Amino acid sequence: MSQDTLFDKVWDLHKVSRLPGGSDQIFIGLHLIHEVTSPQAFGALKDKNLKVKFPDRTVATVDHIVPTDNQSRPFKDNLAEQMIETLEKNCLEHKIRFFNIGSGNQGIVHVVAPELGLTQPGLTIACGDSHTSTHGAFGSIAFGIGTSQVRDVLATQTIAMNKLKVRQIWCDNQLSNGVYAKDLVLHIINELGVKGGVGFAYEFAGPAIEALSMEERMTICNMSIEGGARCGYINPDEKTFNYIKNKLCAPKNENWDKALLWWKSLKSDDNCIYDDVVKLDASKVEPTVTWGITPGQSISINQQIPSLNDLSSNDQSVAEEAYEYMGFRPGQTIKDTPVDVCFIGSCTNGRISDLRVAAKVLKDKKVSKNIKAFVVPGSEKVAAEAKQEGLDKIFMESGFQWREPGCSMCLAMNSDKLIGNQVSASSSNRNFKGRQGSPTGRTLLMSPAMVAAAAINGKVSDVREFINK
Amino acid sequence: MKTEFNPPSGKILQISGKCISLIGNDIDTDRIIPARFLKCVNFDSLGKSVFEDDRKTLKGRHPLDLEENKNASILIVNSNFGCGSSREHAPQALMRWGIKAIIGESFAEIFYSNCIAIGIPCFTLPKKSIEDIQKYIDNESLFLEIDLKNSLAKSKDLNFILEIKESSRKMFLSGEWDATATLLENASLVEKKFKELPYTKFGNI
Repeated sequence: MSQDTLFDKVWDLHKVSRLPGGSDQIFIGLHLIHEVTSPQAFGALKDKNLKVKFPDRTVATVDHIVPTDNQSRPFKDNLAEQMIETLEKNCLEHKIRFFNIGSGNQGIVHVVAPELGLTQPGLTIACGDSHTSTHGAFGSIAFGIGTSQVRDVLATQTIAMNKLKVRQIWCDNQLSNGVYAKDLVLHIINELGVKGGVGFAYEFAGPAIEALSMEERMTICNMSIEGGARCGYINPDEKTFNYIKNKLCAPKNENWDKALLWWKSLKSDDNCIYDDVVKLDASKVEPTVTWGITPGQSISINQQIPSLNDLSSNDQSVAEEAYEYMGFRPGQTIKDTPVDVCFIGSCTNGRISDLRVAAKVLKDKKVSKNIKAFVVPGSEKVAAEAKQEGLDKIFMESGFQWREPGCSMCLAMNSDKLIGNQVSASSSNRNFKGRQGSPTGRTLLMSPAMVAAAAINGKVSDVREFINK
Repeated sequence: MKTEFNPPSGKILQISGKCISLIGNDIDTDRIIPARFLKCVNFDSLGKSVFEDDRKTLKGRHPLDLEENKNASILIVNSNFGCGSSREHAPQALMRWGIKAIIGESFAEIFYSNCIAIGIPCFTLPKKSIEDIQKYIDNESLFLEIDLKNSLAKSKDLNFILEIKESSRKMFLSGEWDATATLLENASLVEKKFKELPYTKFGNI
């Protein structure tokens, strides 16, 4: 049983009661909602004749279904239009703050909440989306929930949940040049497995984590769920506080001082107890690419696709499935694999720093012929900042399409989809079968810089050959 | 999808039905219900689309399409079932197809809690036992009668103990898996907690 970790402190603080079945009733400090997983929850409230208990503690935006080419209303897709209308109606009826398209603050929910300063240390944060773990980058305890739990949070501001165990993942040394947070988290998932984190919250720590910017930390925590951990977090530090300061919803003036004092008390104690500790050397991580159908099936850019003998017996059947689906052979190199589509965006890698890194690679270069390349900023704010810096022009001059903010081809609920068995180089988070909109589409996950390099060469490439020149 | 769908309610003490096996580790919720079917404001029509892409690929040979599985209601799966997206649409689609309980080697965390929240008990068994059951189902029909009180599964040939989280088991026995009412009972404790939290004094969010 863990003791005195940040997770323990925040969990215990938010515990309302021990329920008769033995799980805990946990107060949710911040509830984020979007159009896909909330309509049925509002429907259930109506059926049970219940109200939203703390409407100020829920904030909404729209991201999953929004088109990224033409966002004028009504949307061309009737079902998408119906979903956004339902969210608008529910927010209006229940007096929930809604950052709609055109507000200047719309975007992917996990990009928007930190930008607004809603995401703060010490909060419990829930959202009907598995990538809610992103917010743990600020030292909050944040996790995805299903629609029935969205209903419970709306009705009671609490959910029933069993406390998680805590595993510290200590990352020694520093990432080398051309290696990014995405590479590190893909490496961690590969090491610990896609179900290694089931039952755990992951605490990411160590010099390599401390050196990361807040946006890079979000990339790490975002993909905790891909390693099976519903929740991942990083102890807050000066970088965390500086990021939040002066944001729209951040505490102000004397409240800021009070908040700061409290936030500083939250980090895991020096003598705290973890249920498990894993150590790895971040300096050994190389640009990493997935070759299979789970985010754990990844290799370094210069490695070969593993053969069955290289894998544990538990991983062999999924590997066989992956060879067949991806059309790859064991022993094949991942480098130089031709790609058809290049996608930069998502809650994992759609922030301004991601766009800056990719634009730097693309500057004065051209996207290879026959490649469809597009960039989807994570939010309206990211888009505005990118335009101010001229990044949109760099992308467009290189041959990338510049789109409007949304989740887009990370999960392909809008019209951004792969066609047939196209191969995509994608900065998103999941390479599941069919994930990017075609039942036979193939996804290679990598960092935004690596996507940019793949776009230029038309094939999977080592971005270090671009940036180290 | 078969007869008209009636969602479970109240205490769940016993589940009996025919088993259907779905082989594979790390089956994610995008496969269970592809994202295009999430464009809906209720769950009603999801049953027919469960595993749509896998089923199309297998052209009628998918376990969910086999005539002998038409009335099956206990799903037998392998490890890390339901990983990926938190979409409750996945267990909702399975439930609307006819699934009432799932037995597997292991489950992804959010999928598991979604199943509990909608009244689908998820049990675990060791890898070898799951594989033995799946082999058995290959050749013969397996009907199970699951007794939640004793976590016991009975078939005509054998009885075995199923593993289930104690808190989940208790919630099914008491009916508290449908959590809203229980959570609402503590309304005054929730108010008290709200006032105690440091950040509620830092101004409005």
